[in-house]
Amino acid sequence: MIIAKKKPMEEIIEEVKDFDKILVFGCNECVTVCEAGGKKEVEVLASALRMYFMTHGGEKEIFEKTVERQCDHEYLEEIRKDIDNYDAIISLACGVGVQFTAEKYLTTHLIPGVNTVCLGANEDRGLWTERCQACGSCVLAKTGGICPVSRCAKRVLNGPCGGSTNGKCEISKDVDCAWQLIVDRLKALDKLDDYEKVAPVKDWSTDRAGGPRTVTREDVNI
Amino acid sequence: MRLKCPTSFRIVRVPCTGKVDAIHMLRAFEKGADGVFVVGCMEGDCHYNQGNFRARKRVEQVSEILEKVGVGGDRIKMFNLSSGEGPLFAEYSIEMDTKIRELGPSPIKKGKKVKNANAA
Amino acid sequence: MKVNTQSNLEKVLKAGHLGVTSECGPPRGSDPEEVKEKGSLIKDHVDAVNVTDNQTAMTRMSSLAACVHLKLMGIEPVLQMVTRDRNRVALQSDILGAASFDIPNMLCLSGDHQSFGDCAQGQNVHDLDSMQLVQTVRHMRDEGKFLGGDDIKRPPKIFVGAAANPFADPFEIRVPRLAKKIACGAEFIQTQCIYNLDKFEEWMKQVCDRGLHEKTFIMAGMTPMKSVGMAKYMKNRVPGMDVPNEVIDRLAGVDKKDQAQEGIDICVEAIQRLKEIEGVSGFHIMAIEWEEKVPEIVERSGLYPRPEV
Repeated sequence: MIIAKKKPMEEIIEEVKDFDKILVFGCNECVTVCEAGGKKEVEVLASALRMYFMTHGGEKEIFEKTVERQCDHEYLEEIRKDIDNYDAIISLACGVGVQFTAEKYLTTHLIPGVNTVCLGANEDRGLWTERCQACGSCVLAKTGGICPVSRCAKRVLNGPCGGSTNGKCEISKDVDCAWQLIVDRLKALDKLDDYEKVAPVKDWSTDRAGGPRTVTREDVNI
Repeated sequence: MRLKCPTSFRIVRVPCTGKVDAIHMLRAFEKGADGVFVVGCMEGDCHYNQGNFRARKRVEQVSEILEKVGVGGDRIKMFNLSSGEGPLFAEYSIEMDTKIRELGPSPIKKGKKVKNANAA
Repeated sequence: MKVNTQSNLEKVLKAGHLGVTSECGPPRGSDPEEVKEKGSLIKDHVDAVNVTDNQTAMTRMSSLAACVHLKLMGIEPVLQMVTRDRNRVALQSDILGAASFDIPNMLCLSGDHQSFGDCAQGQNVHDLDSMQLVQTVRHMRDEGKFLGGDDIKRPPKIFVGAAANPFADPFEIRVPRLAKKIACGAEFIQTQCIYNLDKFEEWMKQVCDRGLHEKTFIMAGMTPMKSVGMAKYMKNRVPGMDVPNEVIDRLAGVDKKDQAQEGIDICVEAIQRLKEIEGVSGFHIMAIEWEEKVPEIVERSGLYPRPEV
């Protein structure tokens, strides 16, 4: 899922201080699971903003709403009837939701309430870690199911680099060396010989390098 | 046991402090409470294993928010005691009452008054 | 053995001599005199001089420019190139730029992560990795083509090397990783600094068992210790470095003022021992900000004078 992190309150306050009617707008999907932008976080942020403006003069109306998904037309339509009530929307969805909402409601100011961090997994309570960078051409079949693109700080396809020490990355003792994990997994699969197959120069045109990406499916487009 | 407690607070009973969410505490402040204290079981004695630990984390979280929005992080505190410790409960309630009186009324109340005056 | 380039280093190695290289880090400024001075200190005692590419991710004068300064002084450079800062367009372009000055050697590296340097907030590129960069140089030289497939007018004639760390993790792939670099086309290898000679010899034996020493020239990396403090720092702080306690104890066992000389002695003794090891084709002496000591090390190790080939 998409992992996001709450923006500092100060930053949000700075962005919204000139608006009077503000919707705090949550999303029920990924940001709910990573506890950054679901219904609960909407309530807490809205309450905090109300208290901030109560104690700092500004008279504001703060509204709350959380929809199933901000990355889908039909759910975003739910706020259309009330859209004129808002001067600004603080969207707690990922960058996709923020933009999709902005595209739909052209004349309403949109402010992101979270920083979108990565595509990751719920590794532990309160710990979310990156697993994918959406490079657009998956190499996991060749790397023991562990991704060197997202999990190696240098996205080395023929790794490890010289900085791998005791299974950790040179950038931090808290970061696993992706290539240590790959070697360990290849060993467990009894495929360590595959390590010596050289990964060719990668086609990064399917990555962000190739420009905004689109998936078009004629078979489901009716 | 007839113990003297301040009359300044209202008790909201919950089955476990783990039930207390950040928004419950924030709402109390938003509605004008000058302080909130959360009283849970002794750490390690939770019937739901981690309820009171969750509560402690949430109290910390709310305290940070209150500090940032100008209400003051000292207005909220978590206490732990066992169900047989009535006198300790009384002691904690006095401690909290004294503390809040020192801090004075919540700035939210002032904000509300200004707002009502403007409306009138 | 067929010589592919004008590289003196290639000729020395292929003639069966032990090769000697050293390194020179470009300055953090635009004064070329620093590079020239470092170069002139060592030029008679080495076959070629590596010029580092923004090592430890600290912004410095470009490796290519510093190489040109050395080349114009008649010193043969080894252009170090990291994949951290340039994509395949820039890498190929710089390879051609180097070849235009007839810089005949290159060492392909991934480069330290930018978080170590002065631009920790910068992007990194890593369009290619170090092995793919080796492949790229070989492709440009041997096929005379760009990665995109077009012909190159006057392809670069460059002798290509890569780095290896005999002590790196994961240990299972220390030798396979070297094999992979050779398969990509690395003609010479410069290793990480060696202090643990026993462990290096063990690695070398495995390398020879696979016959890898016949497919590339392995130059053992040597860095003299200036003090016991430096030894401890290398042991504890530098990733992938294996400094045995004996080295630290030996340095600690002499007066502070004699530690530098002791460090040189340790280095010379190590070279003398490794000279006799099968598979060692030469030495890469990295005297960090201590270039003036390179002549002494080379002479005392019996590697002077350098052969004329």
